[in-house]
Amino acid sequence: MRQVFDREALINLAIFAALVVTAVVAHVAGQGFTVTLATKAAIFALAGVGLNLALGYGGMISFGHAAFFGIGGYVAGILASHAASGAPLVASFAGTTSMLAIWPVAMIASGIAALLIGALSLRTSGVYFIMVTLAFAQMIFYFAISWPRYGGEDGLSFYVRNTFPGLNTFAPIQYFAICATLLALALILTAIITQSRYGLALQAVRQNSQRSTAAGIRPYAIRLTAFVLSGMITGLAGALYADLNRFVSPSMLSWHMSGEIMVFVILGGVGRLCGPVAGAAIFILLEHLLGGVSEHWQALLGLMLLVIVLFAPGGLIGMLSGRKRHA
Amino acid sequence: MLLVAEQALNGLQYGMMLFLMAAGLTLVFGVMGLINLAHGSLYMVGAFACAWIAAATGWFWLGLLASLIAAAAAGALIEILVIRRLYSRDHLDQVLATFALILVFSEGTRWLFGSFPLYLSLPPALTGAVTLPGGLQYPLFRLVIILVGGAVAVGLWLMITRTRLGIRIRAGEADREMIAALGVDISRLYTIVFALGAALAGLAGALVGSIQSVQVGMGEPVLILAFVTVVIGGIGSIKGALIGALLVGMTDTLGKALLPGVLARFMDASSANTIGASLASMLIYILMAVVLILRPQGLFGARA
Repeated sequence: MRQVFDREALINLAIFAALVVTAVVAHVAGQGFTVTLATKAAIFALAGVGLNLALGYGGMISFGHAAFFGIGGYVAGILASHAASGAPLVASFAGTTSMLAIWPVAMIASGIAALLIGALSLRTSGVYFIMVTLAFAQMIFYFAISWPRYGGEDGLSFYVRNTFPGLNTFAPIQYFAICATLLALALILTAIITQSRYGLALQAVRQNSQRSTAAGIRPYAIRLTAFVLSGMITGLAGALYADLNRFVSPSMLSWHMSGEIMVFVILGGVGRLCGPVAGAAIFILLEHLLGGVSEHWQALLGLMLLVIVLFAPGGLIGMLSGRKRHA
Repeated sequence: MLLVAEQALNGLQYGMMLFLMAAGLTLVFGVMGLINLAHGSLYMVGAFACAWIAAATGWFWLGLLASLIAAAAAGALIEILVIRRLYSRDHLDQVLATFALILVFSEGTRWLFGSFPLYLSLPPALTGAVTLPGGLQYPLFRLVIILVGGAVAVGLWLMITRTRLGIRIRAGEADREMIAALGVDISRLYTIVFALGAALAGLAGALVGSIQSVQVGMGEPVLILAFVTVVIGGIGSIKGALIGALLVGMTDTLGKALLPGVLARFMDASSANTIGASLASMLIYILMAVVLILRPQGLFGARA
């Protein structure tokens, strides 16, 4: 715990505070749209925090995290749409609109998907792992498109935002508070995990799988656990994102989404606690600013990404903290 | 029976097209150790070059030639400007940089050509159907694609086993420092291999663009199928790419054509259609999962 107040920790605090302050100031100034942008950044950051656990700390380059993001979203959408229509989902259970019930279901569903995908994908490594996670996510994407029950290609709208006891989730700032709190909890959880015995083992496996095996660590089980946890956090973010838009569609499952979640992590800094928060915030900001400059803003984004990968591989936090992460 | 034969030919045609894509991917990975997401963009570049030149000159053949040249040139350009800096980086940087290249290529193409799909018209010599033994009428152009794929497979095999360039490529796969020490200009070799893979992707794009349409984003679904092909066949193996491509092409086409009919024997027609279509769209990924369980390094892969 000796590193609590080093430069990187201060940067982490500052990044999170900046997000919260942005939302609060925008709320006071009556800029509801900006609050929603900050909420979107918090949700994307949460998805990135999930991926960071697998990618940054576990060294598993998953190009399929949209699968978990989308599954979380679809869980929220399906439960809410059943609650609205009254059609029974399982036996006489007709869905729910309570976030407190939706979140655990979303996390369990994406966790099960991560367990299945991870158990198969982790039999491979390196570039195979990237392609295989991408392919499994694509499988779920095509399934969502071709399954007409929940909207198929058109997606699924559910009109009313789900409820949270004691809060009006329709007020942008209150929904932001929910998302930011969950993000903070996920960050604390990540910090606890990475400093625990388990987290040390995970990072040991990333650095040298053979040596960790010699030290009595089983890489497969360690990696799979991290992959499942990672999928669950990203799934929770998906449920929040569905609620933000009151709409889910296969685009949440698409490989562009997987790429974007990866971009959040890498823009901010791989394996840095608040890397995904910084990355997601920058991404949303760029999307908003560049989107105003040109309708072809994605080309500009691509060029900026190229420059960052080629010339600033540590990401934003890597540049600011001035200290190399132990590779 | 004729329906099955027709669908099998469609599967073969689809497989050959996937082979053109997968060959470049697997070559680039085998020789340079690079994962290239922008391969689908080169496919798109080929298709657009063909559509543009064919529309401007009225000659489809010139368009086809243009697709090879444009894709090879675009490949060589990004290799020299970007890809070259990525060989020594880890796969994460390669994924991100080539993902960024996709964004640039897609938006650049949208800026140049707009969002509307372009259509290619085939020359009269290639349109129409031929009657195959057994009485099956089959479109001539799809047969041409099968033949082109077969010719490329034979050509690649000859190039890799019989020519000096092929020897260098195999040597580069085995030990890059050693062949650099023996006086081979390794960075020029890499540019050539990358441009070759790009040209094949561009050719595939032009051929498929001629039967479907030419539009931004057309390369991405194909890229992912090419990944599945490479994972099944084994990274770095041209033979694996061919076998994998045919397996994927056949499984996908026959699954989509036959599965609803097979299921209809067990359930009512409408749910058989729905479940059949959903299951068929997942079939190649299930195939990939089975291969991974049995042989994690792919059917013909040397290393895991």
